[in-house]
Amino acid sequence: MNLRGARLLGWAWTRGVLLVAAVLTIIPFLWMTAASFKSNDEFFRSVLLPWEPAKTVVRDGETVREGGHVAWNRLTTDTYSRLFGELDFGRGLVNSIFLSSVTGILATVCCAMGGYALSKFHFKGRTFCTVLVLAALLIPGPLLIAPTYQLLYRMNLLDTFSGLILPALAPAFGVFLFRQAINSGVPNEVLEAARIDGASEWRTFVVIVLPLVRPMIGTFLMITFLSTWNNFISPQVVLQEPGKFPLSVAVAELRRGYYNDYGLQMAGTIVSILPVMVLFLVMQKDFVSGLTSGAVKA
Amino acid sequence: MSRPGGGVVSGRASSLRAGATPWVFMAPFLVCFAVFTLYPLFQSVILSMQTTFGPGATRFVGLTNYSALVRDPLFWTALSNTCLYTLGSLFIQLPIALGLALVLETPGLKGRGWLRLLLFSPSMVGVVFAAMMFALIFEKQTGLANQGLHALLAPLGIDWSLDFGWLQQHVMPALIVASLWMYVGFNMTYFSAALQNVRKDLLEAAVVDGAGPVRRFFAVTLPAIRPVAGFVVLMSLIGSFQLFELPYIIFNSTAGPDNRGMTIVLYLFQSGFEVGDLGYASAIGWALAIILLACAALQRLSARGEEAGA
Repeated sequence: MNLRGARLLGWAWTRGVLLVAAVLTIIPFLWMTAASFKSNDEFFRSVLLPWEPAKTVVRDGETVREGGHVAWNRLTTDTYSRLFGELDFGRGLVNSIFLSSVTGILATVCCAMGGYALSKFHFKGRTFCTVLVLAALLIPGPLLIAPTYQLLYRMNLLDTFSGLILPALAPAFGVFLFRQAINSGVPNEVLEAARIDGASEWRTFVVIVLPLVRPMIGTFLMITFLSTWNNFISPQVVLQEPGKFPLSVAVAELRRGYYNDYGLQMAGTIVSILPVMVLFLVMQKDFVSGLTSGAVKA
Repeated sequence: MSRPGGGVVSGRASSLRAGATPWVFMAPFLVCFAVFTLYPLFQSVILSMQTTFGPGATRFVGLTNYSALVRDPLFWTALSNTCLYTLGSLFIQLPIALGLALVLETPGLKGRGWLRLLLFSPSMVGVVFAAMMFALIFEKQTGLANQGLHALLAPLGIDWSLDFGWLQQHVMPALIVASLWMYVGFNMTYFSAALQNVRKDLLEAAVVDGAGPVRRFFAVTLPAIRPVAGFVVLMSLIGSFQLFELPYIIFNSTAGPDNRGMTIVLYLFQSGFEVGDLGYASAIGWALAIILLACAALQRLSARGEEAGA
């Protein structure tokens, strides 16, 4: 094989691989979207979109060819109207938005403050706090589920939003991320200048430090928002009243209660995924680079 | 490291206020951390030596939970299933992710940004939601997996049965396939970022020296991305060992036929919140923690060994 042939083969090979990967990624999304607009009968009849097969019929003495196209009229929005009507899925959407935003914002504030203290202050106990944070990175989440449940029971916080939000406010890796970001992004001279100008410690933090680590704030907000949105085990364990369920638990309930209603299950899943996908598309640039920056620098 | 009296990093004279300031900034984190991480961590040790009937009633049983765990066949089922899934993540998922990252770095490729975004997007989908989708994708007859394989393999003369039991006989392969969809793009993103650090001049020098693509990969690329690869391996390991929602949702709140979808965290959940024994659940939690700590220590050791060897 000559050089040009080899190059062409290489070109085709890379494009082919990427095409397959892209198609495999996107097909489940499309399949699920199509299924969410189908009745159960239709779900069993067609794989993707309902198809009207071509046939020849005689009408008014004339022979006409009909069909051979997608049967859009066999799709239905019934699943979505049931979801938001009788099943009150809007409630789950509101709960998810509330829980994720509040957890995201409060956790970001907590971690940014903690990271600032560890990065820019010399104080007795700093080493201890830093070691504590680093050690806590190693604790696997599931280990704490049972004792946290018992603690919430004793604090009378079971079946409350506080019982979900409070334990999520101090993730050690958040403090760690902000400590790194402030170490590399906030020069000591700037802080000194602010202090000489007589700015209070809090004002220095809000006006000088936070704007300098803005990308990390965006990334971390997104991480905590997403992980709260997608968290299943905590709300499943802590909450009992269906009116308080976020989408993750509401969707699981859908599967328990409407096991054979495929279109409905897929509609509920689409409603749960869509807001996060939109958010991701809006924030994607900062998010992806922020996510990998820690690993690549390390 | 610490200076008496405290103060800011700059040379400014310390004051009482400066001494208290870092603690004020640490306070919200420290309080939440102490109450909702340190205390439960401490409590989980005690709980693991108790039998509980719901969160209120407890009885001290010493190390019985641990000795029962070692003799519990269900725990071993959970452990072996979880290990199988983890091996799938490490040896199927990560090579594919690295391969895709390499292909994506091909010079002159158009639409790279969009492709990266598309391949990354499934990792935004929560595991619960992906599980909802895959529960139906893996169904017999109607599911996309069997329908797709049936249609694709027919021209090759292979008759893929529409009754292939992904969720009946082949549970762990099904879960591994689902995890490929969820995380390949995510891991690829890390490898992609790491590949930016590979020195172009070294690659070119290797070409001049007559090294083929395979040789170049092992001699130049792999050593350069090793630190990130180690990080990705550890993250996949930790993530895979915590597999729970995927089987739990797919099998409708059970561990599947013959417990084929049983995992460590699923067993922890069942013991703690369906049986109501938070003590046994905590013992399972500690077993998980010990396994993960051992993995992390091994990874550190091997990373250190490589540094020393280099």
